Amino acid sequence: MIQRTVHDFSDWREIARALRSAQVPPSEVQLLSNAEPTLFALDKTGFDVAPSTTNAFRVPKQFLSLAEQVAYHRDPTRWNLLYRVLWRLTTDERALLEVITDDDVYSLMQMEKAVRRDAHKMKAFVRFRELQQNGETHYIAWHRPDHAIVKKVAPFFARRFRGMNWTILTPDESVTWNQSELTYHAGTPRSAAPSSDELEDLWRTYYANIFNPARIKVKAMKAEMPVRHWATLPETEIIDDLLRDAPRRVQQMISSPEGYSQTASDYFPSADAPLTLATLAEAAKTCCACDLHCQATQVVFGQGPARAKVVIVGEQPGDQEDLAGMPFVGPAGQLLDRALAAAGLERQAIYVTNVVKHFKYESQGKRRLHKRPDAREMRACLPWFDAEWELLDAQVLLCLGASAATSLIAPDFRIQRQRGQWVVSRYCKRTLASWHPASILRLPTAELREARFAELLNDLRTAASGLRSDVVGD
Amino acid sequence: MDIHEKLAILADAAKYDASCASSGSNRTRRGAKIGSTEGMGICHSYTPDGRCVSLLKILLTNYCILDCRFCVNRISSDTPRARFSSDEVVRLTMEFYKRNYIEGLFLSSGIIQTPDYTMQELVRVAQTLREREQFGGYIHLKTIPGASQELVDQAGLFADRLSVNIELPTVADLQELAPEKKEPEIRAAMQTVQNRITEQRADSRRGLRAPKFAPAGQSTQMIVGATDTPDQAILQTADALYSHHRLRRVYYSAYSPIPHADAQLPGQSPPLVREHRLYQADWLLRFYGFQVDELVTTPQRNLDLSLDPKLAWALANRDWFPIDVNRASREELLRIPGIGARNVARILTIRKHRNLRSDDLKKLRVAWKRTQAFVITADHQPGLKLLDQERLSQKLVAGPQQLFLFDMEQSANSGEL
Repeated sequence: MIQRTVHDFSDWREIARALRSAQVPPSEVQLLSNAEPTLFALDKTGFDVAPSTTNAFRVPKQFLSLAEQVAYHRDPTRWNLLYRVLWRLTTDERALLEVITDDDVYSLMQMEKAVRRDAHKMKAFVRFRELQQNGETHYIAWHRPDHAIVKKVAPFFARRFRGMNWTILTPDESVTWNQSELTYHAGTPRSAAPSSDELEDLWRTYYANIFNPARIKVKAMKAEMPVRHWATLPETEIIDDLLRDAPRRVQQMISSPEGYSQTASDYFPSADAPLTLATLAEAAKTCCACDLHCQATQVVFGQGPARAKVVIVGEQPGDQEDLAGMPFVGPAGQLLDRALAAAGLERQAIYVTNVVKHFKYESQGKRRLHKRPDAREMRACLPWFDAEWELLDAQVLLCLGASAATSLIAPDFRIQRQRGQWVVSRYCKRTLASWHPASILRLPTAELREARFAELLNDLRTAASGLRSDVVGD
Repeated sequence: MDIHEKLAILADAAKYDASCASSGSNRTRRGAKIGSTEGMGICHSYTPDGRCVSLLKILLTNYCILDCRFCVNRISSDTPRARFSSDEVVRLTMEFYKRNYIEGLFLSSGIIQTPDYTMQELVRVAQTLREREQFGGYIHLKTIPGASQELVDQAGLFADRLSVNIELPTVADLQELAPEKKEPEIRAAMQTVQNRITEQRADSRRGLRAPKFAPAGQSTQMIVGATDTPDQAILQTADALYSHHRLRRVYYSAYSPIPHADAQLPGQSPPLVREHRLYQADWLLRFYGFQVDELVTTPQRNLDLSLDPKLAWALANRDWFPIDVNRASREELLRIPGIGARNVARILTIRKHRNLRSDDLKKLRVAWKRTQAFVITADHQPGLKLLDQERLSQKLVAGPQQLFLFDMEQSANSGEL
C-alpha cells in the first residue's frame, strides 16, 4: 500500500500523475488529506514512483475542472475517489463521466455541487462592515463557509469590488484586496471582526418593508438561507418580529378597505323602466354611493335638452347650485352665461352638468367653502355622467377645469398647457378643455381675470366651430 | 422626512412587483469600479415570504396620477406618500452594494406629471450610477408606457433590464380595473424595447461594436386573481408575449390583500397555489413543448389546483404511457410527470452508455412516486394495470401536495417539475 499526504489540488495532480504513470491501481493507494491526523506512520519506504513517458495518458478536460472543484470539498476521502475515477477513465471507461448515475461519478458530482452551492452562498452572504483605518476606508467581513473555498471565491470579490479595500475573514483562511492584488493569510475567529455598521439599521428597514406579510413561507426561506449562516446576516435579527406581527397586519388589510364599495351604477333606474335623462335624474336623488350625499342639500343633476349638440362639464355644484338644485347658476354660472353669449352659443341649447353631482364643502362659520372632490368620489360618481352621455347625441364635449379634464380626457391632462386644443377622448372625437369660470373669479386682479376670461371665450368659440364638420375634418 | 421613513414607504410600495431577477447580463460593463454582472444572479437574502432579495427594489416616488384599483399607490388610496431625490437613490444603492447586500437596483415609479417626466427621472438615476459612480452592478428600470422613444433609448443604454408591466391578463380586465392604462400603449412600449434589442444584436453580429442595449432583455408582470379571467386566457396572453415580444420572463403575481385596498376588490388571501400552477404551466409552454389548450383541463378553463399541470395532462392522456426511458425521443421524455428538462438531457446522455434502471432515475432525483406509473425502465414494467387504475389521480395527489410548500418558490425560479 502506498500512502501520500495531499495538500491541495496541484499536489494531488502531481501525485496522481506519477502514480498513474507507474500504473499503480487505486486499490494499492491511500491518499490522505493533510487536515486529517494519520493513525499510522507514513510508508516512506514504499516504492518511489518514477514518471514514465511510455505510460503517457490523457484525461478529458471536463475531469480536470471537476477535480479542481472537488478539491475544495472537506471530505477527506476525496483524493482517493478522484484517483479511482482517474484510473477508471484512463483504463477502459473513457466515457465514464457521462454516466452520472455511476456511484463514483455520482459522489464526485455531489461534492462538486456542494462546493458550487457553498461558493454561491459565500458570494451572497458575505456582509461587509465599513471601518476607517488610518484615514482609509476598509470593508471587512467575517463568514463561515462549509468548505475550504476562500481561494475559489476571492477572485470574484476582487472583480466585483475592484475599487474598494476589503478583507474577508473565515475560520480557516482570510483574504485581503488592496485594489491591486489578493493576499491570503490565516483564519480568524469571529470576535476579530468589526461588530456593527451604522448602515445595517437602514438595511433592516428595507428588509422589513419589502417583506409581504400576506405570503408566509418560512420553509422556503430557510431552504435558501440556511439558519447556520444567520449569525452573520444582520437582517435575520428581525425575522421573529416580522413573523409575529404578520397575521395582525393581514387581518387589518382585509378588514379595512378604502373607498366606496358602491358606485353610482348601483342606483340606476331598474332595467325594466325606460331610461331617459328624466328617469336618470330622478334615480340620482337616491344616490349614496359616496359620502357626499350626507352633507349636501340635494343632488344637482345635469340640465339641458336631450338633443343638445354641445355638452359642458364642470367639477361639482357650488353653494348656490346646491341650494337651487341646478348646475351653473351661481357667480361662476353667471360668468359662463356671459361668455356663452359673447361666443354666440345659446345656453338653452347646451347640456350642462358636473362630474360630481353633490356639493362638497368645508364649513367656516356660516360660510360653506368649496372643497375639491377626491379621486374616490369622482370615480363613484362618474357612472352618472357616462349614462348622461349615452343618452345624449352630442358632437362636442367641453370640460371646464382640471377635475373634469383629468377624469374625462386623461389623468395627465394639463389645463395650463393643453386648453383650447381639440383632443380625442373616450367619449367624443371633439373634446376640449378650458378654464373653469370659478377659477377666473378667484384670480386676484382684474387684469388677470380679463385675460383668462378672454381665453375661455376663445375656447368657447373653438367649441362652437366644432359643430361645423369642416373644422376638425371627419 | 428622513431617509428611513422614505425607504420604508417606497420599499413597501415596490414589493408587489414580483421580479427580483439579477441574471442575464453576461459581462461587466467596461470601466466599472464597483460592481459586476457575470450572468448568474445572486440572491443576497430571503424574507419570510420565501422571496429572494437580490436587488434594492424601490419606487422613486409613490405619488401617482393613475387610479388603478389593484394598486396600493393609486391616486385614491390613503397610503403615505414619499419621494426620493435621485441622489438619495444613488447613495442607497452604492452603500448597500459596497456592503454586499444587493446585486443592484430595481427602480420603478408612480407616474408623476407626465410619462416623459417620470421616465426622465428614472433615467437620471441610472445615468448617475453608471457615469459618476462607475457602477457596474445590475440595473433594472421600469419603462413607463407613453414615454418618448429617446428616453427609452437612453434607459436601455444604462440598464441591464427593462420591463413594462402588462398589469392584467386581458384588455377587458384592464378596462375594468385600470381604465387609464391603455393596452396599445403598453404593447408599443414593449415593441420599442424589443426593436432596439434586435437592432443591437444584429449590429454586433455584423461585427459592429454597438453599445449594449438592455443586455438582460425585458420582462413583464401580470396580476392574477383580481378579476375572474380564467387561466387559459392568462396563459394565452403569456404565450403571445413570449412569441411576439420575445420576453425573457412573464411574472404572475397573485392579487394579494394590500394595505389601503380598494373596497371594490374582494379582500382575500392571495391565490398562491394558482400562482404556482401558472408558473409551472409557463415553464411547460416554454421548455417542454406543451400548448396552452393541452394544459387547461378543467371545464372552467382553469388549471387543476390539486395536480401539477404536467401530471394533470398525463392523467388525461394515459394512452401516451408508459414511456420507455431507454428508447423514447426527447419530446416524449419531456412529457413524463416528475422528470424535468435537465434530467431529460441527462437521461439522453447516460443511455448512450448503459440502460437506465429505476435506481438510476431515483439517483437523478426524479420524483419517483409520480413517475413510476408512467415509465418503463430496464427493471421496471408497470404495464397498463397501474395506469388503468381509476384512483390513480387520488393516489398521486397526496404526494405533490406535500411537496408543495417546499418547492413552490423554487419552481418559480427553476421551473423544474
